Amino acid sequence: MNVNYVVSLLAVIALILIAFIGSALPGGQALFGIWIPYAAVLVFFCAFCQRILEWARCPVPFRITSTCGQQKSLDWIPHDRFENPTTKFEVVVRMLLEVFTFRSLFRNTRASLKGNGKLVYNLEKWLWLGAIAFHYAFLVVLLRHLRFFLEPVPGAIVALENLDGFLQVGLPGVMLSGFVLLAAVTYLFLRRILNPQVRYISLASDYFPLFLIFAIAASGIIMRYVAKMDVVGVKEFTMSLVSLHPAIPAAGLSSFFYVHLFLVSMLLAYFPFSKLMHVGGVFLSPTRNLTGNSRAVRHVNPWNYPVEVHTYEEYEEEFREKMMEAGLPVEKE
Amino acid sequence: MSDDLIKPEELISRLDYATPKTGWMDTPAVIRPGMYCYSANPKSVEYVGMPHPRKWNPMEDDWLLPENWKDIVLKGLKDRLERFRSLRIFMDICVRCGACADKCHFFLGSGDPKNMPVLRAELLRSVYRNEFTKAGKLLGKMVGARKLTVSVLKEWWYYYFQCTQCRRCSVFCPYGIDTAEVTLLTRELLNELGLNIDWIATPVANCYRTGNHLGIQPHAFKDMLDFFVDDIEEITGINMAPNYNKKGADILFITPSGDVFADPGTYTCMGYLMLFHFLKEKYGLDVTWSTYASEGGNFGSFTSHEMMKRLNAKMYAEAKRLGVKWILGGECGHMWRVIHQYMDTMNGPADFLETPVSPITGTVFSNAKSTKMVHISEFTADLIKHGKLDLDPSRNDHLRVTFHDSCNPSRGMGMFEEPRYVIRSVCRNFFEMPANTIREKTFCCGSGSGLNAGENMELRMIGGFPRANAVRHVHEKYGVNMLSCICAVDRAAFPALMEYWVPEVEVTGVTEMVGNALILPGEIKRTTDLRGEPLPGMEDEDAE
Repeated sequence: MNVNYVVSLLAVIALILIAFIGSALPGGQALFGIWIPYAAVLVFFCAFCQRILEWARCPVPFRITSTCGQQKSLDWIPHDRFENPTTKFEVVVRMLLEVFTFRSLFRNTRASLKGNGKLVYNLEKWLWLGAIAFHYAFLVVLLRHLRFFLEPVPGAIVALENLDGFLQVGLPGVMLSGFVLLAAVTYLFLRRILNPQVRYISLASDYFPLFLIFAIAASGIIMRYVAKMDVVGVKEFTMSLVSLHPAIPAAGLSSFFYVHLFLVSMLLAYFPFSKLMHVGGVFLSPTRNLTGNSRAVRHVNPWNYPVEVHTYEEYEEEFREKMMEAGLPVEKE
Repeated sequence: MSDDLIKPEELISRLDYATPKTGWMDTPAVIRPGMYCYSANPKSVEYVGMPHPRKWNPMEDDWLLPENWKDIVLKGLKDRLERFRSLRIFMDICVRCGACADKCHFFLGSGDPKNMPVLRAELLRSVYRNEFTKAGKLLGKMVGARKLTVSVLKEWWYYYFQCTQCRRCSVFCPYGIDTAEVTLLTRELLNELGLNIDWIATPVANCYRTGNHLGIQPHAFKDMLDFFVDDIEEITGINMAPNYNKKGADILFITPSGDVFADPGTYTCMGYLMLFHFLKEKYGLDVTWSTYASEGGNFGSFTSHEMMKRLNAKMYAEAKRLGVKWILGGECGHMWRVIHQYMDTMNGPADFLETPVSPITGTVFSNAKSTKMVHISEFTADLIKHGKLDLDPSRNDHLRVTFHDSCNPSRGMGMFEEPRYVIRSVCRNFFEMPANTIREKTFCCGSGSGLNAGENMELRMIGGFPRANAVRHVHEKYGVNMLSCICAVDRAAFPALMEYWVPEVEVTGVTEMVGNALILPGEIKRTTDLRGEPLPGMEDEDAE
């Protein structure tokens, strides 16, 4: 047993219980349905922006990129434009590849030491696959949820739902994304505890979001397929939240819904203070978002300051005689 | 190599990549001989005015830290967090996915989890969280925060001097987190407490004073090059007179002083001399060496940004004083990282120089139009492409060559094809190492960033293991007997590494092979290469 994931698991269980019990107490429905979600959204936006501003305000003194391909030099040597970009356009393409396809993670290899003392590097795409599955499933789930916050529901969302539910099994129709999300989170968790190196570096703050997201996805799936929520009632409620005239439906909402909403609120409030900020940080990472043409275009460091140097004059002063003896030219004979 | 150095087989057999029973925060670093470099000589620290020079010993409990050491470190960290967006981002966004874990040569060779780049950075990150983040202050260890203690400081010193700043991990990181920058900045903090290693501090002081890291004084520097001139005359029958500190020369040439001092870099140095003589005779190109700016390497870059700038300043200053058109840089790794990523920003703009143009081919090096400094491999590749060099590649037929992409020109510039083009033009037996070990995925020599000392030989053999492993592979598969590179630290470090892991393979600079192949006007029939080894087909002539 590992204290880091036990604590995280207990924390998420506690959150679930808090919502389950709290929402059933007098006044709990408004607290868990209205005020906590509002507060969470507020915290998320303010702290997220503050974090981004903090980073953006920080200067970039040097242009230090990781060059993962051939530089632009002589005309007849093909330049690897997107692994070693020199123009803004090339940087944008590099960033798009990074953000949408996890390009760097795709490079991943796994080293193993063979019996004959040889190191071998095999392609290792599972982490990439797990990460892609996780992020895209999450994105689709998020976008699908826009159905609850927009009226009329945009055609694009309906189209996405149709795509997501293309299997056309079950009633209500099975949406793949939720299950993919659950599977991907499970994989990422198992990888964390089964790979000794990754387990060794994992903190409670690595497990907590995984459990939290697992619980969010699971409660959502339960509501859709098992508890069969009153979707019309939920939408009425979410629209009231969006229009800033919050009102709990007279018929009430199920405890699952409050658990789901509370966990999402906790994720939002936790987000800006955690490693989840990599969402914003990846766009600002100087090794990836800069051009690698620092020899062609001068990069200016806003805090560059003069330093003490050993001048040629001081140098010649010390060695003049020896230099003259050796026949080296000097400034002052 | 000392006898008590662990044997290669033992080193491999003890490698199990197992993680300790105790968590990393509860596993203090055990500083072990063979794995660290001696502490900085106080005289060297004092000479360049760095703080807290004193005699101290890493193996002793008391490091004689200044009383307010904690304040110095935390203030220093805060200051750097405000000045470097990179540091701030790298502290904040790591998700500990572990993609970098087995990309570090020191981890692959030691199995020590604190050599995983992610954990190396966590050593600093944990203190950052504790002091500068809300979550860390609130939740402490749960979110990976811990207090700065003497034991943490020692751990920093031990492990940030077990990173060669090769940046291989940064290639694989989904956010491009660059451990080299984390290492560089943590070393800055350590330097504020006078905690440098001598293999860096003394070269820095030497560089500052004499212009090169070995402390060679101007007359001796000239003597050494003149010695090569004699050697070249013996081999080729050609006498040449290199320029020193010559005002009004076309080009200033700067290369690491290691090549002037120690084999096999010396042969690369002979290659430069021959190339410049050839260009002078055939095309009238006037290249000068400088004794003041006689060091391309910049050990300041292993110390602090400020020290890097102070040492680098000599390049532009000397180019300005001599009135040359532009600067040509020799084969060196971290020198080129400094030139490519820092020099113009720190000490530019070099508006007194011209956009580099090869007067021989007319090629405009527009990729260097601001820095005004061209790499010898770019320069030579361009000459060869335009058919301006007379080459006899058969004179390298006794060599079966592979090429080691040095970390800095690879991941700090992206220079992959230029040296390969030169090699293929001057030698006929060239074999690549496996794809996962070259170009941007190249493995470090294990001795970079100032760790090329003698006392840490075990660390160097550990760090160089993945590189040597790939060399062994091509040695066994293709009979490779020569490891070529474009880095002076490589040339200094690889002979020991090869002797340890693949004794049948020797080390060369690319320009040495150019020197072998280059047909100088009026030269005698060569019977040996630059090392005095008989050329193919000439083996018997000595005997006759």
